[in-house]
Amino acid sequence: MAEAIHEVHRHPAPTGFIRKYIFSIDHKVIGIQYILLALTAVIVGLVMSVLMRMNLSWPGTNWPILGTLFPTGAPGGIMTPEFYLSLVTMHGTIMVFFVLTTAPQGGFGNYFLPIQIGADDMAFPYLNMMSFWVTFVGFIVLLTAILAEGNLTVGAWFSKLGESFAAGSGTVGPIGGWTGYAPLSALGKIAGPGQGAGVNLWIISIAIFCVGSLLGALNFITTLLNMRTRGMTLMRMPLTCWAWFTTAILALLSFPVLLGGGILLLLDRVAGTSFFIPGGLYVSGALVPQHTGGSPLLWQHLFWFFGHPEVYIAILPGMGATSHILSTFARKPVFGYRAMVFAIFAIGMLGFFVWGHHMFISGMSPYSAIAFSVLTLSIGVPSAIKTFNWLGTLWGARIRFTTPMLFAIGFVSLFVAGGITGLVLGQTSLDFFFHDTYFVTAHFHLVMGVASIFGMFAATYFWFPKMFGRMMNENLGKFHFWITFLGVYAIFVPFHAMGMVGMPRRYAQFGEYEFLKNTHGLVLFVTVAAIITAAVQLVFYFNFFWSMFKGKKAGDNPWEATTLEWGIPSPPPHDNFAGIIPEVHHGPYEFSVPGAAKDYIMQTDPEAAT
Amino acid sequence: MGRVLGFAIWLITLGSVGMFVSKHWWFPQSISEHGGLVDRQFGITIIVVGISFTAAQVGLGWVVWKYRDTSAATRATYSHGNNRLEVLWTVVTAVIFISLAVMGQRVWASLHLHAAPAGSYTVRVVAQQFSWNFHYHGKDNVFGRTDPTLIDDSALNYVGLDPADPNAKDDSVVSTLVIPVNRPVELILTSKDVTHSFFVPQLRFKQDLVPGMAIPVHFTVNTTGKFELACAELCGMNHYKMKSYMLVLPENEFNELVNLPQDKFQARKDELLNKYQLPQY
Amino acid sequence: MATVTSTETAAKPGIGPGWPKPPGKNGSNGNGHRRFGGDKKFPKDSYRITVWILMASIVMMFVALASSYIILSGDEKWQPVRMPRAFLVSTALILVSSVTMTMARRQLSLGQSGKYKAWLSLTLLLGIGFLASQFKGWQQLFAAGAFLAGNPHSSFYYLFTGAHGIHLLGGLSAVTYLAVRSGQVLTGLAREKRFAAIEAIALYWHFMDGLWVGLFLLLWLWK
Repeated sequence: MAEAIHEVHRHPAPTGFIRKYIFSIDHKVIGIQYILLALTAVIVGLVMSVLMRMNLSWPGTNWPILGTLFPTGAPGGIMTPEFYLSLVTMHGTIMVFFVLTTAPQGGFGNYFLPIQIGADDMAFPYLNMMSFWVTFVGFIVLLTAILAEGNLTVGAWFSKLGESFAAGSGTVGPIGGWTGYAPLSALGKIAGPGQGAGVNLWIISIAIFCVGSLLGALNFITTLLNMRTRGMTLMRMPLTCWAWFTTAILALLSFPVLLGGGILLLLDRVAGTSFFIPGGLYVSGALVPQHTGGSPLLWQHLFWFFGHPEVYIAILPGMGATSHILSTFARKPVFGYRAMVFAIFAIGMLGFFVWGHHMFISGMSPYSAIAFSVLTLSIGVPSAIKTFNWLGTLWGARIRFTTPMLFAIGFVSLFVAGGITGLVLGQTSLDFFFHDTYFVTAHFHLVMGVASIFGMFAATYFWFPKMFGRMMNENLGKFHFWITFLGVYAIFVPFHAMGMVGMPRRYAQFGEYEFLKNTHGLVLFVTVAAIITAAVQLVFYFNFFWSMFKGKKAGDNPWEATTLEWGIPSPPPHDNFAGIIPEVHHGPYEFSVPGAAKDYIMQTDPEAAT
Repeated sequence: MGRVLGFAIWLITLGSVGMFVSKHWWFPQSISEHGGLVDRQFGITIIVVGISFTAAQVGLGWVVWKYRDTSAATRATYSHGNNRLEVLWTVVTAVIFISLAVMGQRVWASLHLHAAPAGSYTVRVVAQQFSWNFHYHGKDNVFGRTDPTLIDDSALNYVGLDPADPNAKDDSVVSTLVIPVNRPVELILTSKDVTHSFFVPQLRFKQDLVPGMAIPVHFTVNTTGKFELACAELCGMNHYKMKSYMLVLPENEFNELVNLPQDKFQARKDELLNKYQLPQY
Repeated sequence: MATVTSTETAAKPGIGPGWPKPPGKNGSNGNGHRRFGGDKKFPKDSYRITVWILMASIVMMFVALASSYIILSGDEKWQPVRMPRAFLVSTALILVSSVTMTMARRQLSLGQSGKYKAWLSLTLLLGIGFLASQFKGWQQLFAAGAFLAGNPHSSFYYLFTGAHGIHLLGGLSAVTYLAVRSGQVLTGLAREKRFAAIEAIALYWHFMDGLWVGLFLLLWLWK
């Protein structure tokens, strides 16, 4: 008995297919599962964004395939406004939760955090497996929301669950935006199409996702605090680990709040409570007598208390990866390592005190708006420190322009481009005009969407050889970089122009308003750029899956990098270090050390190497 | 590759900055007293933003161009950073950003931290899914009592006005916002169903209308004319066409209009709506 | 360097460039603990750390719910609901259960496995009694006409007790596990792990106690 308990923790290599690839407790397999989940989700989100662009540029056009797939949402192949709005909602939800939160943290974090700190696995491997599968179930539930609203047969099944599960409205999911503002999201089907079962499933999916992320965050924090190998002091950790650690703390403290809010919202919908619904509402021609005493602003507070840290959950791992990759290919230590660590932490912690900047014009107290505004602009300081230090890292470098390096440089450029407009949007007086215009859409797409994705592209090209033992094709990678880099700027810079003329977000068509009539050219330009950029992502997918089997063999350390993962075989053995305890003697970014034999010193190299 | 990338980054910077500098896509004309201040604050901010953006991107392009790996013979500079530089740029950015943040509160404070000035004309705004209702108090300067239980869209009682209340006799409810020029206007914003948002681009003003709340706001318009009023908070399927007009009238025309009884108010308002033209865009 | 499988490399001096020889002794010189290779030492902090982290996230959720409660209590339509008597009983039960949990831990450290088992079982019974009493409280609320649907104050009664109850069920199953396994005689690593587990579970149990008292006071005094 005692012997059996001995072995519980150190799991042997699994043998069966299911334990090896499906219900695996190996953090490396789980990491790849997360990456594959994100790669699946991102296609769905990307197709939705292309459909949205098509609707905006060519409203009223007949797309026969849509008419076949969604006979009520796109009758005769023509997208209805509610169809468009549900695309908006699902695109946002899928991208934020199942792409930007899963790939950087659950994917790369899971795979590389234990290796980079010299552990053989996460602290709680079973919990880790649970966290992926819970997240996966969340994704399936979200996809079900599409079917429940968009497909009459599936919708009919859900309608049997009761009043609030009325379904089959013909949209492709709920309507409410990814922010799901109450009371629109709380009232149920009386509020219009796309407010039935789809919204319930949307909330349930997010609640499940919260649980999965919390399990992951528990594991990340415990692992990092408790499982670092000998010599791996906190200040010798790669910046990626610091980023994943901060992200885990953010997730740990913000997801419970969303979970709480989600439970309240669901109760409002299915149990008749009134947390977010005030009394005396008159909706769709009838009084709503059963609700009283709730507050719509409460939902916004709960949502954005989560929502703002979530933005950093999406981008911090990208920052970590960028610092890491810039240093590796610049062949130079990271400029101001300590400042970078403090900046990551400062961004993360300040992120908890600025949620009100999403709510300046919501009816919240104008005094608190001022406090939120000043705090918001102060986040610019650590963000600027990071930018300066990235430039400092490249200063005097010997840059090797590999694909991961191109994407990392792209990240810096996009982070600056997207982040700096926060100075505009963070001011209460300017929010009078810019709130909920395309200027906001431009800002957050560049900084939290595209920059984060560039971080992940960089990470994929960088770590692919370690994960699969083969290199990704450099030529395809560079082609992918160039079109994507120019493409995203072509898409999102014009968004600022649309914001300047006051174009509101989440409009299914712009033809109703005279003040938007001069934007036709811009809208069309963006659509063309979006379609080209989206199409080029197929090259990435091809490169990813083709290289997995046919790519050039990679050695243990193809990039001549320094951190622990590059000292073990590619792909790593089951317990990462093959039973050998790594011992760390150096900081993570010892490149071009004067007098050293090579231009890099691995963290595990003996002291004498200096 | 380094040169191409550096050059591409510069080109993107040039294009992005050029888009703003050309002012081809810019704010519509400002028609409110605070609008000019908003535009000025934006002007200052966008200059700071433009300079920082350009400096960072040009810098990035330059290091990428300059420090590309040309030969294996030399090594990169071995440096872990420079604390003095670090402190310097932290302090500089902190000063600039915080100053911007403080300056950015001025217009906000002038509108939101003060009650509407005496002599303001008050209009109740009641939004509902996909249309706007504007409730005028009429000659008596007192709004009639409203109650949500009396709302009946099919009987055209959109705001739940109590017909038994004597104050309600001269009240009018119309679907266009008519306000006087050069006189402070107070709007009391509320919603019957879900959250909407009041947005007139020329006004440089936006405020959510939240069910269960009555949010008072005020501003002064200094240009007569007809302007589009849009909903700026997702409110359901027809959000994109929840449109109305804001009609800004000279004082005499306005006074004549709002003292008319409901049916004549309606007819006269429609006449005026045709008389004024939208701005040229 | 050829790719090698995990079992082979254990004997080899190094893999990858500059790999050091496997260190001979156990323990850690760095900041962290280690737990693999020849080193079977259990990192006993990990349970405790995890429970602390878990508590932080649970606190965040209840702080969010409690803030919602406080915000909505300012609404003019807020109607306070009388505290059902059963919740007083539950509060007493869970307070006592914290004491019995402490006793159980003490008996274990004294090596009194029989008494340990008794105190643990008593804790378990008190926990079940607490939930039963909470359920009784729901019945009293029902009888008073306060339902989940309706004015927020009555909704919050069900929400707080329900959310707390679900979290307590987790603690209850952990205590049940301990009680079922309390007859085992453990040595070495297994014993160390069991001690760490008891410590962590007791911590969680006290937390559940404190959490309920906080919610109880909020519902009772802030209305």
